[in-house]
Amino acid sequence: MKKILLSLTALLPLLVLSGCNMVVFEPQGPVARSITDLINWSLIWMLLVVVVVFGLFGYIVWKYRERPENKDYEPPEEHGSTLLEIIWTGIPILIVIALTIPTVKTLYALEEAPKGYEEKEPITIHVTSADWKWIFSYPEQGIETVNYVNIPEDTPVLFKMTSASTMQSFWVPALGGQKYTMPKMETEMYLVADNPGSYDGQNTNFNGRGYADMKFEVLAQTDEKFNEWLADVKETAPKLTESEYDDLLKPTHMGRLTFSNTHLEWVNHADPHSKAYTNPELYRGHGYQGKTFEEEDNYKSNQPNVMENHGQGGHDESEDNHGGDHNEH
Amino acid sequence: MKAKITMEVTIMSIKWDEFFITGDPLILGSQIAIVLTMIGAVAGITYLKKWKYLWTEWLTTVDHKKIGMMYIISAVLMFFRGGMDGLLMKAQTAQPEMGFLDSQHYNEIFTTHGVIMILFMAMPFLIGLMNVVIPLQIGARDVAFPQLNALSFWLFFSGAMLFNISFVIGGSPDAGWTSYFPLAGKEFSPGIGNNFYAVALQIAGIGTLMTGINFIVTILKMRTKGMTLMKMPMFTWTTFVTSILIVAAFPIFTVALALMTFDRLYGTHFFTVSGGGMDMLWANLFWLWGHPEVYIVALPAFGIFSEVISTFSRKSLFGYKSMVFSILGIALLSMVVWVHHFYTMGSGPAVNSFFSITTMAIAIPTGVKMFNWLFTMRKGRIKISSAMLWALAFVPCFVIGGVTGVMLAMGAADYQYHNTLFLVAHFHYVLIPGVVFAVFAGLYYWWPKMFGFMLNEKIGKWHFWLFVIGFNVTFMPMFFLGLNGAVRRAYTYSAESGFAPLFMLSAIGSIILAAGFAVFCYNIYWSIRYADRNISSDPWDARTLEWSTASPVQFYNFAKLQEVKSLDPFWHMKKKNEGLTLYDSEIEEIHMPSNSWLPIYMGVIFGIAGFLLVFEWHIAAALAAIGIFAGLIIRSFDYNEGFHVKKDEIHRIENAWRKTEGEVHDHVS
Ligand code: HEM
Ligand SMILES: [Cu+2]
Ligand SMILES: [Cu+2]
Repeated sequence: MKKILLSLTALLPLLVLSGCNMVVFEPQGPVARSITDLINWSLIWMLLVVVVVFGLFGYIVWKYRERPENKDYEPPEEHGSTLLEIIWTGIPILIVIALTIPTVKTLYALEEAPKGYEEKEPITIHVTSADWKWIFSYPEQGIETVNYVNIPEDTPVLFKMTSASTMQSFWVPALGGQKYTMPKMETEMYLVADNPGSYDGQNTNFNGRGYADMKFEVLAQTDEKFNEWLADVKETAPKLTESEYDDLLKPTHMGRLTFSNTHLEWVNHADPHSKAYTNPELYRGHGYQGKTFEEEDNYKSNQPNVMENHGQGGHDESEDNHGGDHNEH
Repeated sequence: MKAKITMEVTIMSIKWDEFFITGDPLILGSQIAIVLTMIGAVAGITYLKKWKYLWTEWLTTVDHKKIGMMYIISAVLMFFRGGMDGLLMKAQTAQPEMGFLDSQHYNEIFTTHGVIMILFMAMPFLIGLMNVVIPLQIGARDVAFPQLNALSFWLFFSGAMLFNISFVIGGSPDAGWTSYFPLAGKEFSPGIGNNFYAVALQIAGIGTLMTGINFIVTILKMRTKGMTLMKMPMFTWTTFVTSILIVAAFPIFTVALALMTFDRLYGTHFFTVSGGGMDMLWANLFWLWGHPEVYIVALPAFGIFSEVISTFSRKSLFGYKSMVFSILGIALLSMVVWVHHFYTMGSGPAVNSFFSITTMAIAIPTGVKMFNWLFTMRKGRIKISSAMLWALAFVPCFVIGGVTGVMLAMGAADYQYHNTLFLVAHFHYVLIPGVVFAVFAGLYYWWPKMFGFMLNEKIGKWHFWLFVIGFNVTFMPMFFLGLNGAVRRAYTYSAESGFAPLFMLSAIGSIILAAGFAVFCYNIYWSIRYADRNISSDPWDARTLEWSTASPVQFYNFAKLQEVKSLDPFWHMKKKNEGLTLYDSEIEEIHMPSNSWLPIYMGVIFGIAGFLLVFEWHIAAALAAIGIFAGLIIRSFDYNEGFHVKKDEIHRIENAWRKTEGEVHDHVS
């Protein structure tokens, strides 16, 4: 029975939403597909609820509406019906159970590498969201990209995510769901792409002026192409320096960048004791400006990073040009 | 270095060029409009010599009905403001890469829209109706603490005004109505905009908390003889449970806002990135209040629909007991679902599973209510008046909001819906049918009780159809936009995204919606000018006690306190022709509370102190706060015992509306 219903679900998006192609209904990988299956399963039940309630509603309103003929009809005294009330408590309970089971299963499944890919060695990519850009570090390969990420097809990719600024959300709808990136914390997510292709990714958690344009591209490639790209980057891309990195974290928009090393060498923002790079002066703008506070561990501090063997902050010398240009509206 | 060159206008160390928001024609227009409106209002009142009337009859009143009306008037104004915000957003996103609003502006607008709609429109509208109706429904002469009630109103009003001036003075909050940290902290938002959020909502929130306490006591202690808990009208029940939810949830928000204020004003580290703060704590505290808040506005709305559906179907509510238990169930569950707002925070599958289940479970009591409403109408004689139309439209629209809510509740699926326009469409499908339709239904229904004339039914139908069609056209496309990857709170999108046609459709819908609102305003105007004043005090042939007294209700509500024997007491009194007559011998002196200037004084002082605090002028704020303590002290030595209404006066007032002495006037309109 469940199988029949499930196969019906495949037809649903076609039936209900014929004509529009929506990214959530066109999954391009096993992770996204498992969520789409769940959504389709829920759509069946929800459609059932809608049909029943709308039908009942239409019937009752039509049949019992006031008309000239029934002006003298006096409705009966009626206080309820235990049987009916049990029925319409029971059926929703059953529907909720029918939805809960696959939901819980999917929730647990999404925490691990997708089924059928357990064998394949996953590659790990660190995601650091900053205002208003995405930084991708490949620690195993020793390279870093900004605002785009290349991955090999059919390989589980483990994204280890954190933020260098506010709470943001990493979302590639064609490949899977989303998860928050948060400063001094790490969240993880697996994604797999079935086929080579370009997929849109973006931040969904509002983070100020540059939010709407905080997008990136996921480019899935064949193993061969991917390795070619890696070698090419290693050879030709420049090295990222700490002071360049400080600039990178300032609230700006930028195009794509590629480096042949990673910032993880000196800071991992997921580390709860890592330095905060916050600098309120850069966010001054609209309206009356309030007092800001000097922090022990933010941009002005000379404290060493807690990351091992990196003893020197060196972030304070470039700060004199930040001083309050906030009168400029 | 640029800063040194730009002109700094500092007098008394206030930077005036930052103080007034300048450089935007929209805002300049609003500033001019505000000043002109204020001058106009002052001049008008002076010309008509209405200052004294305004002061004695309204500003210092402790009468629950007048306080209720003031709440409703404020709410309609706030609806206008919030609706303008909504229209501006829809205009900005009507086409890809529009340059109508810049991102800062858009951010401020959706933030103020969300806050104003929920806290300064939905809440006061419902609290206003509660104020007008609840004491009447339970056969009482006022709420338990009339002066506290006035204080609640003035604190709400003060908070609302403080919040609203932010867009012309100082800058509006711009971190979303959820005001998530770290974004809302000084590290990322050094402007004072978000101080307005922290302080104004605190002031209004204190007022709401007092309302909650007031209504719990009122409903527990002031019900008329014979009205046991299980004989209370459904609107009274929902108000009671909502008040409990207010008392349970608002202190959480009070604390969260206080911590936010410390972080922003005094440099503490509760939610910051640096200094060991914990941003997730804010999200948890916010939604621990925020989710119950949604039910705080939804439950009274359910109560209104129950009254309206039962009255216009001419049947008592189907499954009264299961209705009561489902309200209690919803209220309990609403306290344990808050994590569904951030499944994507990575709390792990066990936590997400738990909260998916509790959230979906809310659908069960909600479904029960839905079927009870449907079966209340079955075998009835459904009179499709304006009020009933809103209740009817509520059913299908809210079902769409409900089923999409269940879809969002499924943690794993939410990974695809979260923070998209699918979510925005969902909560508008819950809040607009669930709250806005309800207050419209309530307004059309109780308007004659409040003012002694009806709103025009024909114009009411225009209002209804434009609004409901506009609403669906506006928000239905957003479901599909969300499923196609359009995120919320984005001020623009690219042409390549393919979102343009649906965004355009949605923008057109919002114009129809706005036309509906305009017709509503016109209806109020038309009815004030032309509506028939000679109507029955029970024009709908209704069922509960508020309809057993005059319209508009005399200030003491009831000459004689009624005795209740069953549900729908007034219906049965009419059927049995019992207790409708008032005999001379039954008239006794009535004790009523006196007016007081203290509540409005407290509102003003709170507003001033709050304003100074927002600008971080701490010493001035502390000085103003002395005024708050002065008010408290004065109140402690206030021995005013109220006054007594003389028998003669009661006699005169009752005779005027009962037509002939000793006999009640024709109740069937
Ligand atoms: C009357 C017509 C309304 C229109 C045209 C409208 C339109 C909108 C739009 C366009 C957004 C922002 C979408 C985005 O970019 O994220 C929004 C957000 C919101 N609306 Fe409405 N809305 C209306 C009524 C209401 C009502 C009645 C309520 C509540 C009772 C409400 C509560 C909210 C909230 C809480 C948000 C989220 C704000 C945020 O993201 O911080 N809206 N609305
Ligand atoms: Cu976290
Ligand atoms: Cu919620």
